Formats: sequence, structure tokens, C-alpha cells
Amino acid sequence: MSIGHSFLGLLEGKPRHGYDLKRAYDERFSPGRPLHHGQVYATLSRLLKNGLVVVDGLEPGEGPERKRYAVTDAGITDVQAWLSQPEKPEPYLQSVLYTKVVLALMTGRPADEILDVQRTEHLRLMRDVTRRKTGGDLAEQLICDHALFHLEADLRWLELTAARLNELAARVRP
Amino acid sequence: MTEPLLVGTDLHKMYGTTPALRGSSLTVRAGEIVAVMGSSGSGKSTLLHCLAGIVRPDDGTVVYAGREISAMSDVERSALRRRDFGFVFQFGQLVPELTCVENVALPLRLDGVRRKEAERRARVWLDRLEVGDVAAKLPGQISGGQGQRVAVARALVTEPKVVFADEPTGALDSLNGEKVMQLLGQAARDTGAAVVLVTHEPRVAAYADREVVVRDGASLDLERVA
Repeated sequence: MSIGHSFLGLLEGKPRHGYDLKRAYDERFSPGRPLHHGQVYATLSRLLKNGLVVVDGLEPGEGPERKRYAVTDAGITDVQAWLSQPEKPEPYLQSVLYTKVVLALMTGRPADEILDVQRTEHLRLMRDVTRRKTGGDLAEQLICDHALFHLEADLRWLELTAARLNELAARVRP
Repeated sequence: MTEPLLVGTDLHKMYGTTPALRGSSLTVRAGEIVAVMGSSGSGKSTLLHCLAGIVRPDDGTVVYAGREISAMSDVERSALRRRDFGFVFQFGQLVPELTCVENVALPLRLDGVRRKEAERRARVWLDRLEVGDVAAKLPGQISGGQGQRVAVARALVTEPKVVFADEPTGALDSLNGEKVMQLLGQAARDTGAAVVLVTHEPRVAAYADREVVVRDGASLDLERVA
């Protein structure tokens, strides 16, 4: 996730100070995994240094004065370029699970148990995400759906592999 | 932990020379949702049919609330299914000549409830399943998703102790399927019904409290193994 580009997009709506940006980001894009304050201010410093944001004003607070940031034209161009660029699909061609299954078969360990244990773990997480989704608003539901579809893909792979274990064993056993 | 409500033990069933169940066991507690998963032909639907008293196992026992279903007469099993169990299948199996409200009221009517009262209760359930607006329509006039919600309302209108759902979302697109699962899960939790949910879809199984896998006619409780 590009925190910097997300900040630029959030600043397009209106200038915000750092805490406000963090709160908006956490709520919209990362519920359950809030940004650290250090990440927020490091990102803002970089954007400022690259001329993508400027300090738009100072707001008095209880502690030190808070800087309010605004996106620049260069920042808008940058976020537009990021939005237009397709994300590189994850190739998923190196799988820890596959490695575990093959090693288990090669060393005479029960590979089916590895698959069953993993299946249980995946379904447990799917149940947690489903509960979260059921109680969430549309944004939360979409975030959870993204996770659920990926977990489901893993589960289908686990099932397919379980059905082909004998065939795989014949190929990988020395 | 509540007492077991429905216990199938060491169930065996042959169809001709083909074994469908080979020592499958499953325990369901009051109010829990159990997903029964497995590939096509694994025996998961046969397990559901045995637990629900639709099919008599060749060997093994099914005990519901302390009574052995597998030893009951056909009449006793039929009465049990009508009063204590609810059913949802892949295709709603609504009666095409009856309106939706009449379909939902049907289990109550079969149990001797007067038409007016049965239809009043049916309307409450149609509203709960968010399909109150199709009450007067025939099943052929509504969408698949609406039909399945009507079928869930019909399964729950008698407030059964156990709902048996066999691939209840199998004929629906993912949005409608999820809606049906949310409503079924919520309604079951509100009424305290247990649900035995047969599915091959992980996203549907994720609405359950736990999962049992049927492989080659035998059931595995993976969470207890792990």
C-alpha cells in the first residue's frame, strides 16, 4: 500500500493536519491496523521534501502548533499517475505451502495432515473475517470480501492438492 | 458447553453396491451452526439425510434429544421432521401453485394451525427474511434469491430446533448467496435453532461456528484433530 499516494488523495479533498490524515487513512483504508505516528510524519516529510505537499497553515493545539498540509499541483499529478497505473498482479508462484507439502512427501511425513491443519487455520480466519464483515459498513464489507476471496482461493488449492497427493508423491519421492 | 442435541454415530449407508457413508459421525449442539463440507460424492448429503431422518442408515445410530431416530417408525419420523426440523435445499422446492405466503404457512397448516394465524406468522417470517413484498406472488414470479429467502422463511416458521440446509446457496450468485446466509444465520441465532449446513463453498462454510469434513463417507472434525 502506498501511504504517500493515499495521503495525497486524501489531501485533494481538503487540507488536513497530520493527525487528521492518520485518522482518515485508518478509517478508510486500514481498519484494525492503524498507522504509527512515526509513519505518518515520515511520509509527510518526504512528500514535503519532494514538493508534493506544502504547509498550508499552523493550527494552535494543546501542545505544539500543528501544521496543516495541502496537496500541490505536482502532488495531484503524482496521485493521478499512480491511479492510472495498473497494479502488478501477484504471481503466486512461490508458495510456502507447496514447499511444505513437497518436503513432507520427500521425507515420508504425512502431507495430508499439513493440508488439514492449514485448512482449519484458513477457515478459522475466514470465520473471523465473515463475522467482521457481517457487522461492518459497505467499506468494511469490501475490505473483508477482498480477504475472503483470497483465502477461498487458498482453500481451493488445499483441496485440489489433497486430491492429488498420491500423484505428487510418486513424482517427488526419491 | 451445552448438551448434544443431535448425535449421529458410526453411520453406514450403501446405495446398491456403492458405499455412501462408511462410519461417519457428527454431533450437533443446540444453537450451533455446523458446516459439513466435502467434494461431490463424498457422502455429505447422505449424512444430512440420515441425521434428518429422511434416510434410514444401514448401520449406526442417530439420536435426537435423547430419542433414537433410526429406530422410529416412518410416521414418528415424519412427525418429528414436521415439528422439530426445518429444511432448505439447493432449489427452494416451493409449491408452484401456492403464493409465497401460502408456501411459508404450509408447515403450520400441516400441523393444524388455522389459515389466518398460519399466514400471519408466515408474513412475520417473510418480513424477517426481507421478502415481505412478494407474499402474494407465486414462486414463478420471483427471482431465485427471493425464492430461497422464502424457502428459509418456510424452514423457520415452525421455529424448529434444527435446520438442515443442503447447499442452500448453490443456485445463487454470490451476493444473493451471502444475503441468504446472513439472514439464515441471524434467524437461527435469534430462535436458538441449530443448523446443519452442507456446502462445498468455503465462503458459505465461514458463516458456521465450526466445520466437519466428509471424505469417502467418513467425517473428520478437523478442529479437534488440529
